[in-house]
Amino acid sequence: MKYTKEHEWLKMDGVVATVGITNHAAEQLGDLVFVELPNEKRAVSLGEEIVVIESVKAASDIQAPADGTILEVNKNIVEDPNLVNSDPLGAGWFFKMEITDPSILDTMMDEAEYLDFIS
Amino acid sequence: MEDNSSYFRPTNYLPYDFANRRHIGPSKPEIKEMLKILKADSLDELIDQTVPTELRQKESLGWERAKSEREVLYHLRQTASKNKVLISLIGQGYHGTVTPPAIQRNILENPAWYTAYTPYQPEIAQGRLEALLNFQTMVSDLTGLDIANASLLDEATACAEAMVMAKRVSKLPSARFFVDENCHPQNIAVLKTRAEPLEIQIVVGNPLDYDFKSEVFGAIFQYPGTFGNLSDFSGQIKALHSIGAIGIVAADPLALTLLKEPGAMGADIAVGSMQRFGVPVGFGGPHAAYIATRDEYKRSLPGRIVGVSLDSRGNKAYRLALQTREQHIRREKATSNVCTAQALLAVMASMYAVFHGPEGLKAIAQRIHRKTVRMAMGLEFLGYRIDQESFFDTITLEVGRSQAVLLRAGVNEGINFRKVSDSRIGITLDERTRPETIESVWRAFGLDRKDNDLYPHYRIPEDLIRKSEYLTHPVFHMNRAEQEMTRYMRKLSDRDLALDRAMIPLGSCTMKLNSAAEMMPVSWREFSLIHPFAPSDQTEGYREMLKDLSDKLCQITGYDAISMQPNSGAQGEYAGLLTIRSYHRSLGEGHRKICLIPDSAHGTNPASAQMVGYSVVSVSSSVSGDIDLEDFYKKAEAHKDNLAACMITYPSTHGVFEETVKEVSKITHEFGGQVYIDGANMNAMVGLVQPGKIGGDVSHLNLHKTFCIPHGGGGPGMGPIGVKKHLLSFLPCHPLDETPGNVVSAAPFGSPSLLPISWAYILMMGGEGLTQATKVAILNANYIAKRLEKAFKVLFKGKNGRVAHECIIDTRPLKESCDVTVDDIAKRLIDCGFHGPTMSWPVPGTLMIEPTESETKAEIDRFCDAMLAIHSEFKDIEQGKIDPKNNPLKNAPHTVEDLVGDWDRPYSREQACYPPGAFRVDKYWAPVNRVDNAYGDRNLMCSCPPMNVFEEDH
Repeated sequence: MKYTKEHEWLKMDGVVATVGITNHAAEQLGDLVFVELPNEKRAVSLGEEIVVIESVKAASDIQAPADGTILEVNKNIVEDPNLVNSDPLGAGWFFKMEITDPSILDTMMDEAEYLDFIS
Repeated sequence: MEDNSSYFRPTNYLPYDFANRRHIGPSKPEIKEMLKILKADSLDELIDQTVPTELRQKESLGWERAKSEREVLYHLRQTASKNKVLISLIGQGYHGTVTPPAIQRNILENPAWYTAYTPYQPEIAQGRLEALLNFQTMVSDLTGLDIANASLLDEATACAEAMVMAKRVSKLPSARFFVDENCHPQNIAVLKTRAEPLEIQIVVGNPLDYDFKSEVFGAIFQYPGTFGNLSDFSGQIKALHSIGAIGIVAADPLALTLLKEPGAMGADIAVGSMQRFGVPVGFGGPHAAYIATRDEYKRSLPGRIVGVSLDSRGNKAYRLALQTREQHIRREKATSNVCTAQALLAVMASMYAVFHGPEGLKAIAQRIHRKTVRMAMGLEFLGYRIDQESFFDTITLEVGRSQAVLLRAGVNEGINFRKVSDSRIGITLDERTRPETIESVWRAFGLDRKDNDLYPHYRIPEDLIRKSEYLTHPVFHMNRAEQEMTRYMRKLSDRDLALDRAMIPLGSCTMKLNSAAEMMPVSWREFSLIHPFAPSDQTEGYREMLKDLSDKLCQITGYDAISMQPNSGAQGEYAGLLTIRSYHRSLGEGHRKICLIPDSAHGTNPASAQMVGYSVVSVSSSVSGDIDLEDFYKKAEAHKDNLAACMITYPSTHGVFEETVKEVSKITHEFGGQVYIDGANMNAMVGLVQPGKIGGDVSHLNLHKTFCIPHGGGGPGMGPIGVKKHLLSFLPCHPLDETPGNVVSAAPFGSPSLLPISWAYILMMGGEGLTQATKVAILNANYIAKRLEKAFKVLFKGKNGRVAHECIIDTRPLKESCDVTVDDIAKRLIDCGFHGPTMSWPVPGTLMIEPTESETKAEIDRFCDAMLAIHSEFKDIEQGKIDPKNNPLKNAPHTVEDLVGDWDRPYSREQACYPPGAFRVDKYWAPVNRVDNAYGDRNLMCSCPPMNVFEEDH
């Protein structure tokens, strides 16, 4: 698992990353009420705002953690945004993407570094 | 003989001293007592400790002595009588209407409705939330669209909001937007102003011969057109949809009771004005505008939306939905800065629909149409040709060179026609038109005839006749006896907590007294029945008031000129930044587009900045809460070539008179920028500090805060701007002016029928009274800070340990140790009979309290007692004496349901319902338990729920 400063996590399977938001982020946002996901097959670049999420107290955007292509999005969280709150690291994942240059993962944090980052 | 002469010796008791006896809450002995607790010898000493001397104004506010209520009403009568009330058949979006007296008395003139705040705390706002939900249901039904909001400021700004929304949802790369040439001129003017900084290109043209497949992201059509014509825009909208563009219809809601609705034409968005639903024209405002859209675009709808949710017992409860769409959270990413609605006027319009029902509205519309046909037939008999084959209530005719003569003849008959170009005349009839009015119109044109032809002629094409039903919900079908209506309005207002029951200590909202004398002139016909485009010789009284009020506001603020056009604080920010923008451009410095904004600023500031195309650079605050001067300088210097402005709030949003304000202004000016001082906190400055003299170039004034216009449960408001001399010629201009300039509202002076309120206030207070009010506002805030200090940390203070007119108390430790949130405290305050303070702003997890000068010591003490009791309840949780999840704080507010049902909680019903502060006999009962926000946003329902949900309603 890798973590970004934007509180996203990436689980790698070859060059394919499953992306979601961390426990900490989900807690900070409060109850999610709305999620808008990008189209599948869309090419995205690092830092591009591709997901809109709204909770009862905040609205924010989630950025693409790397250059690449969106392969699959988790439609379940559109139907039931609460999944992100109840299981942010599992059933509450956002999208799967193919990462163009996996070396970018080296610039990201591991779990210990992330825990340190948020404390 | 007994000598009684001492009995008649004059005393120093002044029964008519409005300022000190009626407006300012604490009496002189109370003030003394409070000062003692604050360890200050006098009020002036307290002020000296609070407001930095180098910022203080040199001269006190002059002008004549304060007037009594009776004197001021006499004075306003004299002024009002200089307005001439003619029958205005000018139309152009403003129509005569009959305000049902039941609505005038029970809503417009009823403090239970007009002194309420925006329904942020839904548990104490169920009444007006229901009325606003009725409004949304009505709009959605009439327009044939899925969802409507709780109103916008006016039709012209609603058009602009719709355009920006179309740009966002269409996702098309095109920057072109088509505007029907038959739109009201003020709508076109506001659209142009809004479009230009966003680099949207406006194309004004004839929708019948425009190729909609060419590149546009959207188009707006007026229906009926401003000159009266009726067209079906289905074809145009279909063409727009074929390229993914958005179709908008600006529609007259009364016409929609007879005509095919925008939804049936395929429209994506509809906007319009609800003015003719019982809200007087008032020389331009205030009125409620509406916006409605399809379900798929609901998350892009601007403004406030009321939705249905559940409370903690699973009962139906209303609350504001989708709050995260609001600018205060999106900041510079927001596409609109609109915060407010026109709640009071929307409530009036919705009650008008409840009062008349669909049958009544349809009958009113049919009568207006038949009268218009009869009038047209008379003119055709004279040989005039009506421009429109089909029309609803408006006709336009070519009169050639006799235009001037006919306009004069109209005035001689007591009627204003609309002057269209140099050779045409427009006539619009309305609900107030009587047969005599039609005869007067005819006489002006030279026809002497009785209006007695009652045959039902109509001139609406068959395919434009409405097929669908509307207002089918039972609320629009209740028995229409006035008894029922009166009780319905009373029932709703009884659910709410407004200023007529208790203090509303909302920080940054200035919930002060809205006195009865200030309110009375609003209903006078000489103010309420004037058309915004009436000839200027009929509006002399208004002009006199505008001039005197502007002069006095200039004296108060230290500015050189005032524009009354902005209809809200946020619109004032937008207007002020537009003024700055035009100024830079006039100097060839149009590239200046950087706006420095402290991170403590209200979210509207960055949202307004993006509306004029500015990029926001955020400036950090130091630990003390002041602007970090070093960071400010660094950023101003880094952007010196492109610095347009800085936007600061004074006293700061942290409730402190910062010493640095002059320095901030100096730095900004040094690097070529202009200084915008947000006037939200003006109530701490009147008579003591002038924003125009401490470096400000522009400020807006929230007349609905500092100058007594009531909040109306979430609108109306007014946000006039004051500017220094060099900006004068860039102020907003008249919407019908030929010369290009900024236009931010439909009407030239915004909502002028509210101005008698602020004017009366200033005249009754006098300069001395206004200054005293500021001092007592500061006293009250410091007194609260002092009394709460033992339990809560006061987050920010000035150099001498004083706060300004509000204070922030730190409730974060409660969250950390026992998970007690600001929400829990605010909801528990409801049990005590209070509206909670401002939550989590400007510092998350804290409460901001502003008492204003109007609250008495007794009421403030009641509030402090309640807060201290809440703190001891928290202590009980902390010490493990009570369950952290099942306690009075977490279960608040408590309702009558808690008294009658089973009770298995670890505290008594007595403690639940009668905490310190709560009155025994006069206890305010929240009608619902805590409202579930998440449920409502996940299961969005924004029109009246079907009756089965109501069945449990008794």
